[in-house]
Amino acid sequence: MDITFDQVSYIYQPRTPFEHRALNNISLHIPEGSFVAIIGHTGSGKSTLIQHLNGLLRPTEGEVTIGPFTMTQGKKLKEMKELRSKVGVVFQYPEHQLFEETVRKDIAFGPLNFGVSKEDAAKRVNAAASSVGISHELLERSPFELSGGQMRRAAIAGVLATKPEVYVLDEPTAGLDPKGQIEIMDMFKQIHQQEKVTTILVTHSMEDALKYADYIMILNQGEKYLEGTPEEVFQEEARIQDVQLRLPESIRFLKQFNEKFETNLSLEYQSVSSIAKNVQAVLGGYHE
Amino acid sequence: MSNYMIVGQYVPGTSFIHRLDPRAKLLIIFFYVIFVFFANNVWSYALLTLFVLVTIISTFIPLRFIAKGLLPVWFLILFTFLLHLFLTKEGPAVFELGTFSIHLGGIQMGLVIALRFLLLILMTSLLTLTTTPIEITDAIESLLHPLKKVKFPVHELALMMSISLRFIPTLMQETDKISKAQASRGVDYRTGKLKERLKAIIPLLVPLFVSAFKRAEDLALAMEARGYQGGEGRTKLRLLQFGIRDYIAFTLFILVIITLFIVRN
Repeated sequence: MDITFDQVSYIYQPRTPFEHRALNNISLHIPEGSFVAIIGHTGSGKSTLIQHLNGLLRPTEGEVTIGPFTMTQGKKLKEMKELRSKVGVVFQYPEHQLFEETVRKDIAFGPLNFGVSKEDAAKRVNAAASSVGISHELLERSPFELSGGQMRRAAIAGVLATKPEVYVLDEPTAGLDPKGQIEIMDMFKQIHQQEKVTTILVTHSMEDALKYADYIMILNQGEKYLEGTPEEVFQEEARIQDVQLRLPESIRFLKQFNEKFETNLSLEYQSVSSIAKNVQAVLGGYHE
Repeated sequence: MSNYMIVGQYVPGTSFIHRLDPRAKLLIIFFYVIFVFFANNVWSYALLTLFVLVTIISTFIPLRFIAKGLLPVWFLILFTFLLHLFLTKEGPAVFELGTFSIHLGGIQMGLVIALRFLLLILMTSLLTLTTTPIEITDAIESLLHPLKKVKFPVHELALMMSISLRFIPTLMQETDKISKAQASRGVDYRTGKLKERLKAIIPLLVPLFVSAFKRAEDLALAMEARGYQGGEGRTKLRLLQFGIRDYIAFTLFILVIITLFIVRN
């Protein structure tokens, strides 16, 4: 499903002393099957933006189109449930939404709401649990007995089990330990590649944006500030620093290296060992 | 949240009313509420209405915002007016249709009660609109202080009040967040049968309670970590002190009340 924003603005509490324009005239296009990172610091409008993606908020001005669904200020969407079954949102700290008696029931909650049959839901629960690394014994426990990391995984499994066509991830790994962060993000990347689902990642982390996304949008004060492929965006170092963001460490290294040795190493994502290899090639035969 | 309810909401500002000592505001409102019931003719109501209007204007809060925020209350006012209109059978009838009739006394009574209601609500919401919850609890604690002599737990009461006031917006935010998360998982709060809609509340309530308990525990820990031991020997960062402004306010209010007693029957 393609996602299009046409001159979208959103105003909280309009016509009161608390009026706040969270989004200002945003137009954007996210083609089906892409992996887009939306970056911006607190208060830049990221969370407001993603709430438009499954109809939690309707634009104050402009038009939001997600596949066959269109939302504008005046019009209520009739097929809201259908839209929400197609767009799966992993909110910040999703473990706060767990409520069922067992983890199994909680993961099955979404699919059952969207009208999936019981047998099918049971299959999906098992598949989702194994994707996020929740073992079978844990499925029968109360979600409130799990550790923080396990709760997060269970909550994410609850979204996976609805099998959406679009994933919206709002800092899905905030507060996890480093190993867990990589595991969860790698899992989303794998799902993205295998099932060709559109994935939208909201993050503070430029490192994650570089590593996983093929397109980056930077928001600032409710407006689109910068967009492009990671390579294009990371050329604009000064503009990025203007909005209190920082280039990923590997990019900063490569840029300085390119400057110093007058080389032209690519700014595309590379693992540490691949950077090391490239550097070694330039420096020439410098073995330990 | 597109929530228009302003009862209990604070609008920051620096007006004369905003900067009054909260105790002065509480005392004035306490006596105002009593004296509203002393008004008994057109002039006394006009005086009180004028007083309220002048107070509202001097807060610099947009009138439209206040009117809109009282939307749910308007309904109540209208309802009481209509009740009196149809049920009070005093004075000459002005309109008759079979057994159904409207009397002059009914219209009068309805107007009076509605106006009285409005006067009370406007003034009390001005208190919360111009005073932070913390200031209000400080004022209550200070005004109730004499009760300490009879072992009344004034400080604890004030603390409980300020904690619960403090957490109202937090819980509202939390409710908003969780209901959005569950809506994304296909919970439908708006349509469907009543039974289904009631069932839809469970996925909202359970996480809300869990987080409220967790918050309470965190708060208790944080307070203990910062050495809180109750009110004994505790000093205040912002001491409440009556100033020239408060004496002006008291004087004006007393003048209004004296005028009220002169013009009433």
